[in-house]
Amino acid sequence: MTIKGKAFIAGIFEHPTRKADDKTLAQLHAEVAKGALDDAGLGIRDVDAYFCAGDAPGRGVLSMVDYLGLKVRHVDGTDSGGTSYLIHMGHAAEAIAAGKCKVALITLAGRPRSEGQATGTAPRAATSDTPEGSFEYPYGPATANMYALCAQRHIYEYGTTSEQLAWVKVAASHHAQHNPHAMLRDVVTVEDVVNSPMIADPLHRLDCCVISDGGGAIVMTTPEIAKSLKRPRVKLIGQGEAIKHPMGGKVDLTYSAAVWSGPVAFAEAGVKPADMKYASIYDSFTITVVMQLEDLGFCEKGKGGRFVADGNLISGVGKLPFNTDGGGLCSNHPANRGGLTKVLEAVRQLRGEAHPKVQVKNCDLALAHGTGGTLSSRHGGSTVIMERE
Amino acid sequence: MAMAQDRKIPAPTPNLETQAFWDAAAQGKLVVKSCTACKELHHYPRALCPHCFSDKTEWKQMSGKGKIYSYTVMRRAPVPYAIAYVTLDEGVTMLTNIVDCDLDKLTIGQAVSVVFKPTDGGPPMPMFKPA
Ligand SMILES: [Zn+2]
Repeated sequence: MTIKGKAFIAGIFEHPTRKADDKTLAQLHAEVAKGALDDAGLGIRDVDAYFCAGDAPGRGVLSMVDYLGLKVRHVDGTDSGGTSYLIHMGHAAEAIAAGKCKVALITLAGRPRSEGQATGTAPRAATSDTPEGSFEYPYGPATANMYALCAQRHIYEYGTTSEQLAWVKVAASHHAQHNPHAMLRDVVTVEDVVNSPMIADPLHRLDCCVISDGGGAIVMTTPEIAKSLKRPRVKLIGQGEAIKHPMGGKVDLTYSAAVWSGPVAFAEAGVKPADMKYASIYDSFTITVVMQLEDLGFCEKGKGGRFVADGNLISGVGKLPFNTDGGGLCSNHPANRGGLTKVLEAVRQLRGEAHPKVQVKNCDLALAHGTGGTLSSRHGGSTVIMERE
Repeated sequence: MAMAQDRKIPAPTPNLETQAFWDAAAQGKLVVKSCTACKELHHYPRALCPHCFSDKTEWKQMSGKGKIYSYTVMRRAPVPYAIAYVTLDEGVTMLTNIVDCDLDKLTIGQAVSVVFKPTDGGPPMPMFKPA
């Protein structure tokens, strides 16, 4: 069985807030759900499947199905960090294809900024029964330094430079200037990035994504229901998911879980990386983008630095327009999880609803890829490929 | 020059699977789990080998020598510190800190040797210093 064309993305919504100190976490989930249902032209009573991840308050699907007042016949609380929602999309499509549900709602929300979290620089303690906990936490693994380990090795193995990494941020900033909701709207240069304060060698402050509140939601449905709605039709044609980890001490930091999730998604969709008109690539850090582009096959392994340089990711300038909303590097990173918002901008591109300054012409095929967890230890990867009908 | 300084190290929590690792650490010895079925080493230690899923695993003492596979210096912290993956000469790679060094002089491939550093009320953690 394949999910190709069996489920459509009927509604999307991105919360405009970037600092939600006047709202609860559950409320943010409800507001994005309402927004995505309104966008689809559906109502809360139409929802018969609900998906959320570790960012949801309380006991995940139990608390949220109750809070939202849902009656569902399918739930999935898979949590693999920022990539969860792209995994949810694949699972929702499987459930829709199998007739288990007809309208699936996926929500993400968080308020790390209001809560004053030092998201990237403060090590987070694991629970005492986490098997790897005592062999990692005492060494001070934060998010920034753990991603920096990949960047250092990439530089060592392939000669990647800080200037090349900086181009990822430069491209994102070119797009963010057109997004009124983006946290950082100033266009930056390579020099701005490499001269910003060092956080964890070789990652500078501007190599790191923003810390923001907010959220987003996706509504998926059957082809029949999608055809009855008034929105442009975008269908899921391929999805892959994988978990990569330190492999019992056979550590290899040169690739990510995208080397496994990407080929599965491309094979299911029957398309190639070169066919993509647009790509949303998870951008927790600049190195995350470079490694994922290589692993997804947009360029050869080790050539990612050269691929992103000289504006190649800037819409209207380069070969592969990416993250045209400004992405996590400039716009938002709700709940410290950037996967779902990647899908939202890809759907806007496919609908022709991106900002006119960044809209890709005739954008009929797009990819979104999410990474969740820690790139240098254990992380999930999920790739979704979508087509405008 | 940014010399590594002492940082308060959170205590590890030994459990039924890992107690022997921490007992060895307290005696200044670095041990790693070895599988008698597939002959592979693994780290962190498990009761069942993650390479072949055999339950015939035993502890092996390591030489304590290795090379830096990757490292970074966390600058945005009260006390800057180096986190690293070190590949032991026996072949297994572990997350660790590089200590007793000039943080600005570290390189990938650099030879290092194990030292044990006290923690905040628990057994010591294996870390590495330039050999
Ligand atoms: Zn084995």
